[in-house]
Amino acid sequence: MIVEFTLNGEAVRWEMPPDTKLLDALRVQGLIGTKQGCREATCGACTVLLNGRAVFSCALLLAQAQGGTVETVEGLGSVSDPHPLQRALVDASAVQCGFCIPGVLMSAKGLLDQDPNPSEGAIRRALNGNLCRCTGYVKIIEGVTLAAEEMRRRV
Amino acid sequence: MSRVYRPKDLAEALQMRADHPEAAPLAGGTDLMVTRHSAPREAYLNLFNVEGLSGIEVIQGGAIRVGAATIHRQIACSPEIQRAAPILAEAARVIGGRQIQNRGTIGGNIANASPAGDTLPVLLALDAQIEVQSAARGARLIPIEGFFKGYKQLDLAADELITAVIVPDHHQDALYFRKVGTRAAVAISQVILAGRVKRVEGRVIEARVAFGSVAPTPIRAREVEAALIGHPVDPRAADALDVHPIDDIRGTAVYRRAVAHRVLRTWLRAL
Amino acid sequence: MLIGTNYQRLDGRAKVTGAARYVDDLPQPEGCLFGLTLRSPHPHARIDAIRRDPGYDWQGITVVTAEDIPGENVVALMTDDQPVLAAGLTRHVTEPIALVAAPTRQRAAEALKHIHVDYTPLPALLDFEIAQDHEIKIYGEDNVFARAATLRGDPDALLRDAELVIEGIYRVGHQEQLYIEPQGLIALPREDGGLTILGSMQCPYYIHKALKRVLGGVDFNVRQTTTGGAFGGKEDYPSIMGAHVALLALKAKAPVKMIYARDEDLIATTKRHPAVIRVRAAVDPKSAKLLAVESQMIFDGGAYNTLSPVVNSRGVLHGAGPYVCEHVRVTGVMVASHTPPNGAFRGFGAPQSQFAMERHMDRIARHLEMDPAELRRINYYRPGDLTPTGQRLDDPAAEEVFERARAWVEAARRAPAPVEEAPGGRGRDLARGVAFVMGFHGAGFTGNGESGLAAKVDVSLEGDRVLIHTASIDMGQGIDTVFPAIVAETLDYPLDKVSCAPHDTATVPNSGPTAASRSVMVVGGVSQKGARQLREALRAALGAGPEATFAELVAARSPEAPPLRVRAQYDDDGAIWDAARYWGDAYPTYAWTAVAVELDVDRDTGEVIYRRLFQATDVGKAMNKVIVEGQLEGGAVQALGYATLEEVVIDARGAMKNNRLTDYIIPTTMDTPELETAIVEYPFAGGPYGAKGIGELPHDVPAAAVAAAIEDAVGVVLDQLPMTPQRVLAALMMQEEEA
Repeated sequence: MIVEFTLNGEAVRWEMPPDTKLLDALRVQGLIGTKQGCREATCGACTVLLNGRAVFSCALLLAQAQGGTVETVEGLGSVSDPHPLQRALVDASAVQCGFCIPGVLMSAKGLLDQDPNPSEGAIRRALNGNLCRCTGYVKIIEGVTLAAEEMRRRV
Repeated sequence: MSRVYRPKDLAEALQMRADHPEAAPLAGGTDLMVTRHSAPREAYLNLFNVEGLSGIEVIQGGAIRVGAATIHRQIACSPEIQRAAPILAEAARVIGGRQIQNRGTIGGNIANASPAGDTLPVLLALDAQIEVQSAARGARLIPIEGFFKGYKQLDLAADELITAVIVPDHHQDALYFRKVGTRAAVAISQVILAGRVKRVEGRVIEARVAFGSVAPTPIRAREVEAALIGHPVDPRAADALDVHPIDDIRGTAVYRRAVAHRVLRTWLRAL
Repeated sequence: MLIGTNYQRLDGRAKVTGAARYVDDLPQPEGCLFGLTLRSPHPHARIDAIRRDPGYDWQGITVVTAEDIPGENVVALMTDDQPVLAAGLTRHVTEPIALVAAPTRQRAAEALKHIHVDYTPLPALLDFEIAQDHEIKIYGEDNVFARAATLRGDPDALLRDAELVIEGIYRVGHQEQLYIEPQGLIALPREDGGLTILGSMQCPYYIHKALKRVLGGVDFNVRQTTTGGAFGGKEDYPSIMGAHVALLALKAKAPVKMIYARDEDLIATTKRHPAVIRVRAAVDPKSAKLLAVESQMIFDGGAYNTLSPVVNSRGVLHGAGPYVCEHVRVTGVMVASHTPPNGAFRGFGAPQSQFAMERHMDRIARHLEMDPAELRRINYYRPGDLTPTGQRLDDPAAEEVFERARAWVEAARRAPAPVEEAPGGRGRDLARGVAFVMGFHGAGFTGNGESGLAAKVDVSLEGDRVLIHTASIDMGQGIDTVFPAIVAETLDYPLDKVSCAPHDTATVPNSGPTAASRSVMVVGGVSQKGARQLREALRAALGAGPEATFAELVAARSPEAPPLRVRAQYDDDGAIWDAARYWGDAYPTYAWTAVAVELDVDRDTGEVIYRRLFQATDVGKAMNKVIVEGQLEGGAVQALGYATLEEVVIDARGAMKNNRLTDYIIPTTMDTPELETAIVEYPFAGGPYGAKGIGELPHDVPAAAVAAAIEDAVGVVLDQLPMTPQRVLAALMMQEEEA
């Protein structure tokens, strides 16, 4: 089956078996930033943005991305030019083992794209589907708050 | 290797449903796609982003028509729902986590017919109707109460799709929603209570007391409803509650029965 | 000065951009196969035969059983009782019996279904509380893996004759580490005929030691990849998985990768040891002083010894809590059961035994009708006091952490956190509670353990870069940043020119395991020593004087100069420790904590809603303030899960029934309270810049603080973990009935 969609701003056309999950399609194509933690639509490590909304890519058929836009951590920023969210999470020391972080980043971006000045409660709710075992979430929330401030300043 | 059918609009979806009954209807996928459920299906009928299947609109009498493929997040944020049926928005807000709400649909919650489906007791409390359609016979409206015939059994023919939920406007009644989960988010419910009480001059003239996770389907506690009718709210009506939940991996029957009674009593006391 | 500031993590950028490669992200080696494990469905059974379905197409499939092991069929750790693959007998559900490798996971899963094992089920002993001297034998004559005991003074006499003796029994269940990255390893044949084992792990040299016995002379190295969390769960288990991928790779003559599916990881890998702990204390009713303390604990080790004796030991050594008492007996017995072996998890016996002791202090306070804080104040260790092993403590940290927590609780009582609507509904019947407890944790290996390990670290100069070669790995706690910071500080050299070399047994010496809260304190200290040695070696090589700085020495060096490498080793610390009597310096040092929890109890449902958690924790000296905070915060939240959310439900076969993330629940952002962390510093002379080990301390006592706060809120006394809503509600309903 051929699926055409926009991935991190670029048009792509992938041919894969019809029952391929979006998570597997991304990783097989070399976009390994999106992680597999449970394959049960629970841990959030596989979170990507589909049409601007944070979703579990392990619970989505690639086919369902047809005609849509998908954003992954690779599209957010690079080591030399990181996105404010990426910079802020490092600055806030929110990154420990890092495995949950790509998913956290995408959920956070989904939030800030809709709500550029989120309360702490709004951040907690937007991230409630991203499990983290290392940090206790404190510095993740601080980092997202910092990034939101920085992004408002830029505008 | 599965096939995926991708209709562009509702008419095509209904035709494909009739032509390919083996294709599992797939909207958000938050239930169907989770590995444990079963091996991949032979075929899928994609209902996400199909024209005519999602959206929230106010219809005659102030009721709200919610397309079956409307995501929970949209319901949670909808001003129309917040005005006319706020407990439906509350339920949508505590389903799973954000990613589930961004993808899971009310139609999926209904079709999956889990005894723990979070919106289902709310639909019972609000006297919602389910709109189903088939290519052959067109649309029919089914009162929510008769829709759940047994554990995971719906009044839905093999060539039918759930296309909408019609939610009456009951905002003037006292409404209540309570989900008791295993944790504060991403939790499967242990007990769900959805309630509605209509009073005239202080006396209850209409009552709905609906529970989830205490029976094979969402249920109305008719014995409690009957005990409430005809006089001011008496919290002792909660003692009429007669539910028979089961033990499962998340909770015991004893716990569920006790909790159902207690959260009901707390609500009634507050009225 | 770098130390104590918030320099950035060196691996941060890679992790936030998706550039960091965890084991499943590595480019697929050519011809790589996927491995799966056939596991026992019986808790105890004879294995009569392992048969392959002759009708199945086995082309391209590799099958490995115990017969294929070139070396010994043993997972070498402390004793030789655990096999790599069960042969003849299986002693727990999920025990590995056969392995399969195939070009895809699907084919491997299919092939697995065509291996049939004939079992004769045998009677199984699943209940560890009756395991000692049971007629069903699992280990030795009495099913006891290990015993440990401390004895100071004559507690028996006092307990017999005292006016007031308080007794309590406390129970704690399993807990799953729940690292977000599942276990995974790859075995890669090398060009020279050897093997490289790489992947997610805490202790490359544990795997190395284990595989040396299994692989019968094959040369191999073990290399850690970016590890997505571990918390003890990847301390010894990867030795088993490492043996599995290695055996498959040897037989298939191809690379083999194993990544556990989450449900397999949950059901098959190690967990925190359950325990039942009985505490008796003789108390002077007038002074509220502890006259004698006796704590007897039994731990469930599961079917094999693994490293359980050390968990038993640590549990015992923390059993009397941070309180001085001249007459103490603490005994621990680690017993066997036909269940999956339990293993390391942050705290390693101390969360279990300190839960019991902190609950017991509250029990005593309740009996004496006194403030539990005051009871603690009267009894916590002061400088000069001796522990039950006769170790003299000089740290005044206990007082400071106590005072800070007490002040916080008093402030919280005057100005409680607002009752925000909790998710799940309006108008809940909530009761507020706030309380605090104390705890401590011995850092480093017990007794002479560190001298015995003799941790080694190489430090080298290559060009103008300094490299630290250590087996201590970064699993999120920041080793790959903090060790370079220690070395950079020591040498007065830029941090961006210092880094850790890949943690590969081919190129790094054995620094001991990344465990036991020893990495920064012990191995960081050896790294510091190595840095100084490197500077001296460079000085000598250049014939420079003592005033030349390291940077000047580097600049003076020829760019073509070959790498200069030195090896540093842990100095025998001369710890006096009698392992037979459990007498002497049990640990190089202790770190201290006091934890306060403010929560609401929902009276209708027994749910606990966390509002705020405060900790005052002594870290000796923080190497990096925010990294240390991250450890303290993360550990505390794990302990909140231990307290009320995380329950391992065991089925009739002794296996984890709720092995799904929807059913084994850890805290989400909505479950986690506001955390306030006060870092307290009482430097330890034996740690670099005064550092104490603190990786485990934050998990030790928050669960006890939760129990105390629940008691404060609704007056029910809970002595068992986890305090699920069911248990809380059952206690509430009993209280209602009694009223």
